[in-house]
Amino acid sequence: MSAGEQHRGGLGTDIAVYLCLLGMSGLQIILAYAGTEGRQLFVRLLVVALVQAVIAVLFFMHLREERRSFVWFVAVFTLFVLAALTYGWTDSFRIINGVPFAH
Amino acid sequence: MSEANLTLGGHGTGISESPPFAIPTKKLAMWLFIIADAMTFAAMLIAYGFLRNATPNWPTPFQFSPSIVNVMVMTFILVSSSLTMLIAVRAAKAGDKRRAFTWILFTALGGAIFALLHIHEWVGMIEEGARLFQNPWGTGLFGAAFFSVTGLHLLHVTCGVVALVVVGLRYERGRYNADDIEITGLYWHFVDIVWMFVVPLVYLLSIAR
Repeated sequence: MSAGEQHRGGLGTDIAVYLCLLGMSGLQIILAYAGTEGRQLFVRLLVVALVQAVIAVLFFMHLREERRSFVWFVAVFTLFVLAALTYGWTDSFRIINGVPFAH
Repeated sequence: MSEANLTLGGHGTGISESPPFAIPTKKLAMWLFIIADAMTFAAMLIAYGFLRNATPNWPTPFQFSPSIVNVMVMTFILVSSSLTMLIAVRAAKAGDKRRAFTWILFTALGGAIFALLHIHEWVGMIEEGARLFQNPWGTGLFGAAFFSVTGLHLLHVTCGVVALVVVGLRYERGRYNADDIEITGLYWHFVDIVWMFVVPLVYLLSIAR
């Protein structure tokens, strides 16, 4: 996109996305005080955060207007590395419960 | 290879060669930086999750007032600054330099207020006894994790504010164009997205009940 070209969607779209993101942040606060705790709360909060991130990347960072090959590049590379990192985090359950191959 | 390229030591790249993914090289560079930085934050947050899972007496010190209220205000300011950044990018693309520069300054102001509120919160926690390796509520690892994660984000916000002011001034004086404003905006939106993960994982999972 050159310097003179505008992004798709007007300011109204930007404001709608902005209000959506604020609303989801409010939803996270409500979820936190709704009574759920532990893993259930973590999963719910993380899902909302991921939806916020996807919306912000697509609309605020205008990734949806880029070439599909670039979208795939960002998505696949990022998700692969995140999955690899998450493998290390879930390993913490093994450490809490003891080495599985000892039994 | 042409004789001209041999003479100049060139690599024979064609002048009609299109940039990767058909986006400007500097924009691709910013996206690559954002992906790499996202991995850094992901590693920090996953390490924090690892510590939290493996530690039985993890503190839950965040009262609704003032901590969560402060976090809500900070979130509102940061998300609003992303909106002002979008308005600045639109104005720059439309060629309205003055309006673009004004909205860039609003964005930088939002970032500065966010940073001040963050420091205010840190001071409050330090006054309550939170340190890097000890605190009055539970395991000493809490302080190291909390100050590391939020400190890294605060550093990014601060650098972003400086970048916005510098890029905004250079744009206003004609050295940079609208593409540079858009690229700076990408970084600012990334900082906002990271905060959307820091709030639930660091604050909301540790609210005082």
